[in-house]
Amino acid sequence: MKLRTLSALFLSIWLTAPAAAEQASRDMEQALAKSLQAVGNNRLDIALNEVDSVLKAYPNFKLAQLVRGDLLMARSKPISDFGDAPNAPRDRVQDLREEANARLHRVQQQQPIAVPKYLWQLDAQQHFAVVVDTSKSTLYLYQNVNGEPRYVADYYISVGKKGTAKVSEGDQKTPLGVYFVDDHIPSAKLTDFYGPGAYPISYPNEWDKRQGRDGHGIWLHGTPSDTYSRPPRASNGCVVLSNNDFTHLGKNLQVGITPVIITNHMEWSDENDANERADLMNAIEKWRNDWESRKTEDYLTHYARDFSAGSTALKDFAEQKRKVNSGKMWIKVKLSKLSIFPYPSQQGLVVVNFEQDYSSNNLSNRMLKRQYWMKRDGRWQIIYEGAA
Amino acid sequence: MAMLNKFTLTTALCALLSVSSLSFADDVQDANKLFKQGQNAQALEKVNAFLASKPKDAQARFLKGLIVNEQGNATEAISIFTALTDDYPELPEPYNNLAVLYAGQGQYEKAKIALEMAIRTHPSYATAHENLGDIYAKMASQAYDRALQLDKSNTSTQTKLALIRELFSKTPRVSKPTAIAAVATPVETVSTVAVVSPTLPTSAVTTAPAVVISKPIAVAATPTAVATVKAPAKAEPAVNISAEVLKATREWAAAWSAQKTDKYLSFYAKDFITPEGMGRSAWEALRKERITKPKSIKIEVHDAKIKEQDSKHASVIFKQSYRASHLKTSSSKVLLWVKNEGRWQITEERSAK
Repeated sequence: MKLRTLSALFLSIWLTAPAAAEQASRDMEQALAKSLQAVGNNRLDIALNEVDSVLKAYPNFKLAQLVRGDLLMARSKPISDFGDAPNAPRDRVQDLREEANARLHRVQQQQPIAVPKYLWQLDAQQHFAVVVDTSKSTLYLYQNVNGEPRYVADYYISVGKKGTAKVSEGDQKTPLGVYFVDDHIPSAKLTDFYGPGAYPISYPNEWDKRQGRDGHGIWLHGTPSDTYSRPPRASNGCVVLSNNDFTHLGKNLQVGITPVIITNHMEWSDENDANERADLMNAIEKWRNDWESRKTEDYLTHYARDFSAGSTALKDFAEQKRKVNSGKMWIKVKLSKLSIFPYPSQQGLVVVNFEQDYSSNNLSNRMLKRQYWMKRDGRWQIIYEGAA
Repeated sequence: MAMLNKFTLTTALCALLSVSSLSFADDVQDANKLFKQGQNAQALEKVNAFLASKPKDAQARFLKGLIVNEQGNATEAISIFTALTDDYPELPEPYNNLAVLYAGQGQYEKAKIALEMAIRTHPSYATAHENLGDIYAKMASQAYDRALQLDKSNTSTQTKLALIRELFSKTPRVSKPTAIAAVATPVETVSTVAVVSPTLPTSAVTTAPAVVISKPIAVAATPTAVATVKAPAKAEPAVNISAEVLKATREWAAAWSAQKTDKYLSFYAKDFITPEGMGRSAWEALRKERITKPKSIKIEVHDAKIKEQDSKHASVIFKQSYRASHLKTSSSKVLLWVKNEGRWQITEERSAK
């Protein structure tokens, strides 16, 4: 058996077509949409057939159950509204109505051909990138194909009960920003509530802390076993996927590596991004070169007035650098594994990660570094720098 | 079981075959009479005797199905009605009853299919239409429960059932002139297969408890229509479960007040759940002591609210005021009643929360 050929074949199929699990979710959503559209066309028989087919595969799909309830009730008496269950809790019906809207919009949406604005540069070891558009209740999975982000799949997701732009502990909001998968918690260590597992992300990140935002425990996770999916706004801030989708997504996540960018308004990259990116790359290269050349004052011009490295402000940082650099005979700085992620909802801010190979006459080290660069008055400046 | 009284069980199978109905044997008629008097064992004996000689007789098998169901053997009733639908697929009544029994077991999908069969054979069969509407409503509630995780024990479910009843009564699906006509002239339609009952009561109000209880408005508004289209569900002699249970509750309180221990204890069913799993005799002895000891006892029942579960099960919640020579208390109490051999008895007694 030519195993390699077979796996290569499998891989190529997998690369060109969405995987089976993803297709199943999409089919389900389309069947649900058909059902809802059939209701609109007054074809309740078709509507019931479609919703029954959905429920056959996903009996715990509450929205489909509600639609089925309405369709059956309509045979018994005239119904006046979506979710016309007597004494139904209005808030839960409202939740499901929102899910219906979100899913209908998702079905109407074309598969994206453009690339999200937030993926300027992926490092080769970042095999995938995740971009969440909370306004569309959708998580997009992109694959890094020779440095180019390529759309793989998208999934329906739920976010915080109170929406997005998390600021503080317990505000039940989902943060917006550039994060990374921090950890993997297997289901064995969790209650059923989280489904097949969880991937904590790096909220609050350096920018959040700088803005005074707090809270913790923002995860990507699944749903309880009796629940196929949750309403668009349901969690305490986590991003929740249905279990099939979560499992499929999980296969592609790399702890400590995969970026998870959360926005409430997806922007797609355009030609301006290429220019901006080139401009930033120049700035980074100049920063590196100024450092290596031991032109400390030039080097320090790359740092913004309000720069901070955690607790160290610019003044102390500059003093320290002047002291260290003046004692050097030579410095070499090599950057590799560079990745760049423009920040959503914060014009001109980007997160830059790289491996820094530093050597000098009396000290050498290699570290993963993260910088936040911000473009001010047409010039890119570093506002944060620290170990990644 | 709560379902059963919501659905109309067709008790009368009419004019299946002219031969059968003409030579409707005395045995079957007797059995029917016994059944209506609640003497199920004797009725079953009669009908079995008849079936020994005429095993295919539809009317007798139909009656047997009703009897065994009344005896609590829904499984056998289902197999009897299923066999009838196999042998007489043109008759809607066995399908209808099969549906009601399935519904009683919560098998709504099967109930639905059976009713659709009944309607297929008789598109104007009002009872089946009515039951089908109810099945859809019930299936809808189930779906709603799953969608919204409604707590099945909470009051909303109760209200929902009541709502279904109300809905039922608001729109009685009796606008089927053919069915009513057929019923109105039963003699003329004997040779045709119609929804007719030779044993149809003249007044449904007095003999059809299920109709009276579950659909009071319909009965009041269109008594004849309902009476004719909907054959009575059960042949219980009583009319009103609530009234019966209330009466039994008062009698139970009276026996206690009169300190007549034997009478008092007779209100408790054989399978009464004794408190803290006490043995029956120990419990009886304790009650006897407590009841006879005080010089006088006065039990009063206030604010009684009765919840009917089905024709044989009901519960009552009330304020019990207890005044004895040495003690005076007031508490909320729940009694669960079951009808055994025509007599209401207590299966559970507890304080209400």
